[in-house]
Amino acid sequence: MVTKEVAIINDAGLHTRPAATIVRLAAGFKSNFMIYKDGLSINGKSIIGVMTLAAAKGSSLTLEFDGIDENEAMTTIIGYFERGFDEL
Amino acid sequence: MKETENFNIKSGIAAAPGLTIARAYIFSKEKEVVNDSFIVDPDEAIRDLEEALEKSRKELEKVLAVTIDILGKNRGEIFEAQIMILDDPFLIGNIKKRIAEEKRNPEFTVDTEFSKYQKIMARSEQPYMKERILDIEDIKNRIIKNIRKKKWVSRLSNDIIVISEFLTPADTVLFLKNNVQGYVTNSGGLTSHAAILARSLNIPAVVGLHNATTIIKNDDLIILDGSHGQVIINPDQNTLEKYNKKITRLQAYGEDLKKLRDEPAITLDGRHVKLMANLDLNEEFHFITENGAEGIGLVRTEQIFQGDDTFPSEEVQTAAYRKLAEMTYPNRVIIRAFDVGGDKMLPVDLKEPNPFLGWRGIRFLLDNPGLLKTQTRAVLRAAVFSNISFMIPMVSSFREIIAFKSIVNECENELRNEGKEFYEGIKLGIMIEVPSAAVMAKEFAAEVNFVSIGTNDLIQYLLAVDRGNDIISDQYQEFHPSVVRSLAHIIKEAKSNEQSFVSICGEMAADPLAVPLLVGLGLDSLSVSASAIPNIKKIIRSLKYSETIELASKCLECKREKEIRDEMRRFFMEKFPDIYEELFST
Repeated sequence: MVTKEVAIINDAGLHTRPAATIVRLAAGFKSNFMIYKDGLSINGKSIIGVMTLAAAKGSSLTLEFDGIDENEAMTTIIGYFERGFDEL
Repeated sequence: MKETENFNIKSGIAAAPGLTIARAYIFSKEKEVVNDSFIVDPDEAIRDLEEALEKSRKELEKVLAVTIDILGKNRGEIFEAQIMILDDPFLIGNIKKRIAEEKRNPEFTVDTEFSKYQKIMARSEQPYMKERILDIEDIKNRIIKNIRKKKWVSRLSNDIIVISEFLTPADTVLFLKNNVQGYVTNSGGLTSHAAILARSLNIPAVVGLHNATTIIKNDDLIILDGSHGQVIINPDQNTLEKYNKKITRLQAYGEDLKKLRDEPAITLDGRHVKLMANLDLNEEFHFITENGAEGIGLVRTEQIFQGDDTFPSEEVQTAAYRKLAEMTYPNRVIIRAFDVGGDKMLPVDLKEPNPFLGWRGIRFLLDNPGLLKTQTRAVLRAAVFSNISFMIPMVSSFREIIAFKSIVNECENELRNEGKEFYEGIKLGIMIEVPSAAVMAKEFAAEVNFVSIGTNDLIQYLLAVDRGNDIISDQYQEFHPSVVRSLAHIIKEAKSNEQSFVSICGEMAADPLAVPLLVGLGLDSLSVSASAIPNIKKIIRSLKYSETIELASKCLECKREKEIRDEMRRFFMEKFPDIYEELFST
């Protein structure tokens, strides 16, 4: 199991489009993927779950990956966060 | 109006213009009532659920295709997300597991499972979460109705006026296939989904008519006047005839105006006043050409990208502006930098005690230079057609203009170093909508190529009247003598710099009665919503500039708004008795 904290850096925050992209990316890996924020734990492969996260610019989330391809999954998804959801 | 006593005239918010008469169709958005009951065969229930999910998917794919077709790819995103929800392994897996274990009916299980997420969303203070809860409600109800094998929209005839509590984007698009004639909703404002879509689809709409769904019944005959925000329910024969005649006259008048489409707005004595259009939505573009605008005087960029709910990248913006420039060429396109704050969306969750006097317009942009630079670079790169101009909103001090110009300079240098193609001679402008800028018009205008007077804000700042405040809204006087004198001051001062071009954008410019006065004050251009252009063009082409100058000097002597309105009306009735009759008599 690997965990990492990431910040939201794009201006619009975690809105519908990045939420959908995160879920699509996560679906490509076998590992379980959880997102923790403000006491909520959300399954990162669930679009409706990710849509409940109100994450504005500057807020941070903890991502947790668990499974045989956990490192690859983490690299891919963290990369997407670090690129500001390709909206910078 | 004595004759109106017999029927039901209701007023709401005029959300999309046009006059139409048709039968009402009450579109009930009532929540499906879901009872908790036990079932015998969970396998059958799960099969019902799967069928309902499949049917919902087919329906949404249809909506998605229609939306992309009519409104473009970005506006389809919400439906793509809804389709993904139907496939959500965690959500759907949980629902199936609970049906199997708890042996409760599938509607109940769907309802409770979705509601969990809605409850979490309701805890958020982010404004867009309210809209998102409705989106989730929409998909939840769709699945429940499909489990019950109900048709989402019951069979209905064509040419209807849809009456509803509120409308989601999916509803608004779906009724198009029934050749919907108009929309009336209980709730919603000018910026609600339904209102924006109705305007871009050119379908008359009245929103915010609180009890529309209770006072109007199915098949009631409705006169819907989207230009005045009025709905007449079951009119008597006289009224009906009157409105039928009015529709015929308006059509004939419209045909008449169409003939002027390719003519410029030039007065009888040769003064050319450029008539440009305001653009809020890319989908409105064809109305701009159809109505014969000489370019776009105001592109509200925060609006055209609103469907994205994010600030768009440089590439996305470059492509969007370039397309506008190409389509408008050789006419001019004036792009206004993002005007956020006030009542417009801010990307951060911020509550200001007094947003209209707060962090908005150029103030916000200069504090977020990354955002302004991205937009500036996009505008410069799109300007290879050389017909693009760029202006900034809410300027209140000289320092802001200098800072803006230095950012433009910086972006030009960057692009040059990167070897990217851009236009070197872009024309820059400022909005004058704050009294301090009005007072300083001469010095401010000397720094830029053009100024555009934004009357909506200028009036509310000048009079210290919040137009949205019911208690004092009667004191929001568009033709308050101080407003007219300020306009005269701004135009005279700005024009003391030879190169200056002065235009006006704001609702008062679209008022036909005001046109002669505005022309007489010496404006070079009026920028209004596209639909108002043909009428204004006809008025300008029937005027003498010299007469309007006289009118303006009379108005500049007045002490009360009423005196100014009387002057304008007298002038108009003398020159255009026919148009006056057509537009202002009911």
